[in-house]
Amino acid sequence: MHSLLEYPFDSQAISRKRRSIRRELLSKPDLIEKRIAILGGSTTHDIREILELFLLDYGIRPVFYESEYGQYWQDAMFPPEELLRFQPELFYIHTTNRNISAFPGLGDTAQAVEALLDQEYARFCAMWDKLRETFHCPILQNNFEYPLYRLQGNREASDVHGRVHYITCLNLRFAGYAQAHDDFYINDINYLSAAYGLEKWADPFFWHMYKYALSLDAIPSLAFSLAKIIKSLYGKNKKALALDLDNTLWGGVVGDDGVENLVLGRETSMGQAYTEFQAYLKAHKDLGILLNVVSKNDYENAIAGLNHPDSVLRPDDFTVIKANWEPKSRNLLQMAQELSLLPESFVFADDNPAEREIIRQQVPGAAVPELQDVERYISQIDHGGYFEVTKLTADDRKRGEMYKENLARARLENSFADYGAYLLSLDMHAEIAPFAPVHMGRIAQLTNKSNQFNLTTRRCTQEEIEGFAADPACVTLCGRLSDRFGDNGIVSVAAGRAVGTRLDIFLWLMSCRVLKRDMEYAMMDELAAECLRRGLRSVRGYYYPTAKNGMVRDFYEKQGFTKLSEAEDGSTVWELDLTGGYTPKNKVIQIDRMGEETAT
Amino acid sequence: MSKAEIFEKLEEIFRDVFDDESLQIGERTTAADVDGWDSLSHIMLLSAIEDEFDIKFDMKAVQGLQDVGAMADLIGELL
Repeated sequence: MHSLLEYPFDSQAISRKRRSIRRELLSKPDLIEKRIAILGGSTTHDIREILELFLLDYGIRPVFYESEYGQYWQDAMFPPEELLRFQPELFYIHTTNRNISAFPGLGDTAQAVEALLDQEYARFCAMWDKLRETFHCPILQNNFEYPLYRLQGNREASDVHGRVHYITCLNLRFAGYAQAHDDFYINDINYLSAAYGLEKWADPFFWHMYKYALSLDAIPSLAFSLAKIIKSLYGKNKKALALDLDNTLWGGVVGDDGVENLVLGRETSMGQAYTEFQAYLKAHKDLGILLNVVSKNDYENAIAGLNHPDSVLRPDDFTVIKANWEPKSRNLLQMAQELSLLPESFVFADDNPAEREIIRQQVPGAAVPELQDVERYISQIDHGGYFEVTKLTADDRKRGEMYKENLARARLENSFADYGAYLLSLDMHAEIAPFAPVHMGRIAQLTNKSNQFNLTTRRCTQEEIEGFAADPACVTLCGRLSDRFGDNGIVSVAAGRAVGTRLDIFLWLMSCRVLKRDMEYAMMDELAAECLRRGLRSVRGYYYPTAKNGMVRDFYEKQGFTKLSEAEDGSTVWELDLTGGYTPKNKVIQIDRMGEETAT
Repeated sequence: MSKAEIFEKLEEIFRDVFDDESLQIGERTTAADVDGWDSLSHIMLLSAIEDEFDIKFDMKAVQGLQDVGAMADLIGELL
């Protein structure tokens, strides 16, 4: 991360040095470009400029469309030619309580207030519906911050005529729309402004002078919040925590002080703070975040500490525990490899500044929050937004278990001399079928998260995925793999489009948790079979190199394709001739046919 | 703080905001003389000045600023 953009940041420094920060960030490698349309109900210029910095920092290079001042609704309902040509991949609608058309009057009946709410909500709803059907892309929408003044004082919160009450109702309606619609996300400025301090956030100077609905100093907080949602949508969330033990999960040093003297539990203020931190970390398991330990300790002492009666986290809560005297950077890199994760997918939490520095230097891309006082550990990690949730699938909640099963498989593998015999012993079953409605969310998520085993690195929204599924020219396949240790869920996605008598594969990826299981052969067998059913005569594959997908450079060669061309940047085009039929390659996975699929 | 000191700090702010390490400003410098000084970057400039000098402009005072000299005078009054 750019040092000036790291939480907690100095808003003034960001604002003032934005041009040089931008210059530095633009030189980062592998930036992905995204077209973002900002529709504003107030001035958005600085929001756009600061948002660009945070997105660049996440590896996303935005190109913006910005509506004319206050034209958010008109632009959405009657999209100008420029916006249509722009073909946005994402909308951000920056509206605030300055854009609420009318508030209840004190003389209104409860029914009249309800009708007013309906009317306001309908105005926004119409806009969202219109954008969804015209552009089929994700929408980020602010909810509303509370008003700066309260005519009736505290009663504004409970009286139906009160503005605080009215805004609360509107915000709930907005939340309802988000619950009912995919790819619609609330940017919670109600929370942001509260955390920031409403008086400072909504400083009227900026409204009257420049028609900014929030103060200039608050803009980095707003932009950071947006960037967190956007990077999550494009698969740039962190996936795992690597935690130190001594003075991070508990007070004291277990090897020196002994388990019985650790500061933990409800009896002391310090102990309570560590316990609360542990509970906060443990809750991440339900989000699918992997918890791991990287500690300089004897292994036995580490386990003894985690078995302390007041320890919320137990040895069993962790996927990998590295407790030894090796450098932490080496442990972290090794851990990443064991879990088939990229080192940059980790958040490293350690109270020791020297250890943090080593990780910063040796493991570029890993997040290293500044942890100083135990009572602030939670907010340091929480406000960093490393795990911003935009979709929560059933697979996410089970992820920790799946990785543990994987490690059990790895142990089993070591006990077999012959890899083929090992694969057979896994008793693998796969369901491979066209994209089905229940899986659309997971499929879109996979296209955005998979970096390594990904031939084209094409990122897709759920709506695009649904579009492929509905297109009769497309062959779509998603594969689910289970074995004697458990169900891996949907792990592989492929899609191609028929061009004449040829199928062009534009999407092919697999989760690294099922590497070397021959799942890619099972997928190709199904794809080839479907092509033959459709009377197609050849399949064309494309490989586009990135910094991360070197492992699939030879993918099509292994699949028996012939190389047609290679570009200067390393991109290759491959073809498989089907005129002489196709010989299935998978011999180790049992395929459960479509239609025999059990309900999930 | 002397006027020269105010100018020195101002120049530093201008260099940051307009990302130009060789930028020089004087009493008579106006928006027309500085590349990129438009109404939008003007907002950022004022906010950076407030922060650097630890002062707060009010709406009325900000309206009448003609050139950097007037800006420095206003800062001097508020310090």
